[in-house]
Amino acid sequence: MSVLAFAEQRGGVLRQVALETVAAGRALADGLGVELVAVLLGPPTLANEADRLGRYGADRVMLATAEPLADYAPEAYTDLLARAVQECGPKALILPASAQGKDLAPRVAARLKAGLASDVTELAVEDGRVIAVRPVYAGKLLAKVGFKTDPALLTVRARAYTAAENPRPGEVEEMTPEVDPEGLRTRVRLVAGEKKARPDVAEAEIIVAGGRGMQGPENWTLLEELADALGPGATLGASRAVVDAGWRPHAEQVGQTGKVVAPPLYFAIGISGAIQHVAGMRTARCIVAVNKDAEAPILKVADYGIVGDLFEVIPRLTQEIRKFRSEG
Amino acid sequence: MNIIVCIKRVPDSESRIVVGSDGRSIDTQGIKFVLNPYDEYAVEEALRLKEAAGAGTVTVMTLGGEESKETLRTALAMGADQAVLLKGEPSGDGLGTAEKLAAAIKEREHDLVLFGKQAIDDDNLQVPAMVAELLGLPCATVVVELKVEGNNVTAEREVEGGYEIVEFELPGVIAAQKDLNEPRYPSLKGIMAAKKKPLEEVDVADAEARLEVIELVKPPERAAGEVVGEGPDAVPELVRKLREEAKVL
Repeated sequence: MSVLAFAEQRGGVLRQVALETVAAGRALADGLGVELVAVLLGPPTLANEADRLGRYGADRVMLATAEPLADYAPEAYTDLLARAVQECGPKALILPASAQGKDLAPRVAARLKAGLASDVTELAVEDGRVIAVRPVYAGKLLAKVGFKTDPALLTVRARAYTAAENPRPGEVEEMTPEVDPEGLRTRVRLVAGEKKARPDVAEAEIIVAGGRGMQGPENWTLLEELADALGPGATLGASRAVVDAGWRPHAEQVGQTGKVVAPPLYFAIGISGAIQHVAGMRTARCIVAVNKDAEAPILKVADYGIVGDLFEVIPRLTQEIRKFRSEG
Repeated sequence: MNIIVCIKRVPDSESRIVVGSDGRSIDTQGIKFVLNPYDEYAVEEALRLKEAAGAGTVTVMTLGGEESKETLRTALAMGADQAVLLKGEPSGDGLGTAEKLAAAIKEREHDLVLFGKQAIDDDNLQVPAMVAELLGLPCATVVVELKVEGNNVTAEREVEGGYEIVEFELPGVIAAQKDLNEPRYPSLKGIMAAKKKPLEEVDVADAEARLEVIELVKPPERAAGEVVGEGPDAVPELVRKLREEAKVL
């Protein structure tokens, strides 16, 4: 018996969510009293990364490398994951709730005719059954679900589990992938990688989000400076109002028709706190709000608020953070 | 080009959602239901593709009850040609719903099957890729840009820190993300015309659920926070609290 964890890579390097998926898998495998097998698919250079999966908690690693697996290849990845499931007969298969995981998991579920719980934030074992908690209605409610089919398929939300060193044998077994590039009907090419200066809003440690109170896209330099001061883990977010107004790209939108996020620290700057926005960020560990309106709903969900003119408060905040960062 | 757009009736995003008396579903009383926002982009894209091709049919399809007719009519009012109501309950997980839709799509001509990337009720983001797998079709999800030239599809899909270019040949499945286009509003003329457009009803059994909802709960309320102060003078105290109390800096 086992739990399988899909370890996502990009450009031959494990992504942070791969280690988080392994951490979630480790917790579930321990709860079930079974071994954890990580599945790693990618280019030939990937073999160097397989050892890290053992260090982060995988008992075994199933590795399939081939040039056509370098970028995400939906059909080939589906075939290989389905094959890993057939070989291991796991109780559960966990994928990250990343762009790739959310595309791949439904394909595998349809292939296996197995139930899939998306975007899970909490996993548990009750009477030997896998139980998952997942936000629905963008987090306005939480659904606790059980599985009627085996294996339980899950995608786990970024930052729901923390990657931690937990050394295991991590013995690597090579799967021989038989990938015929001609047989792949979908060709996928990654255009931008993670070279971009800031992390994705769904995966960032700190989010500096701006709303209509920013008064215009030209004022975003204020938030960029604050994010820069906070360090490389910080990124920019936006409310629906400013995305709809065309001030910021949709990729930054937090809320019900944007991304649901759970960073350790969230700054809501000039955001009033509409219900659909709050649903998307209420599970942040710490929320800071800056708003000129003392009655703004965002101040009721924020851990710390400052009432005042953001054009005065934010530069000061950036300055104070730079000061203590430079003090080390 | 014959395009099928799968849509869903969902509570408006501004709705306050309350757990029903069974503890496993929502209380629908007083909720305004709308066409799932992401599906609007899918319907719009279908209309544009048909207009560009100069020929073909846009069929909107949903799995749901009698009340879903209203949602289908909204899409017809936007400009879709015909509608299919698969009468049955969708499953809370995606697979049962995908099976019903895939079976109905298979019986109808389809060069392209469009979806919104996810429904904003269950937030599963499962059905489009599942339908693709069940029908053996190529698929791109979370698509922000789409080009169809002859049989060749080039889709740009959003990924962390960038995007992926997905290419395949029709027939195939596309799931729309918010930036794909600017959906049109139904015109008065469109709304009138929608009443006369064909709406086919097919009785299907309820979708099979592979997941069981044990319980639906309201997330714990956040404890009320504090207003640290007013204006820039409150900043040093805020930074101190973030470092010493919250320990997040």
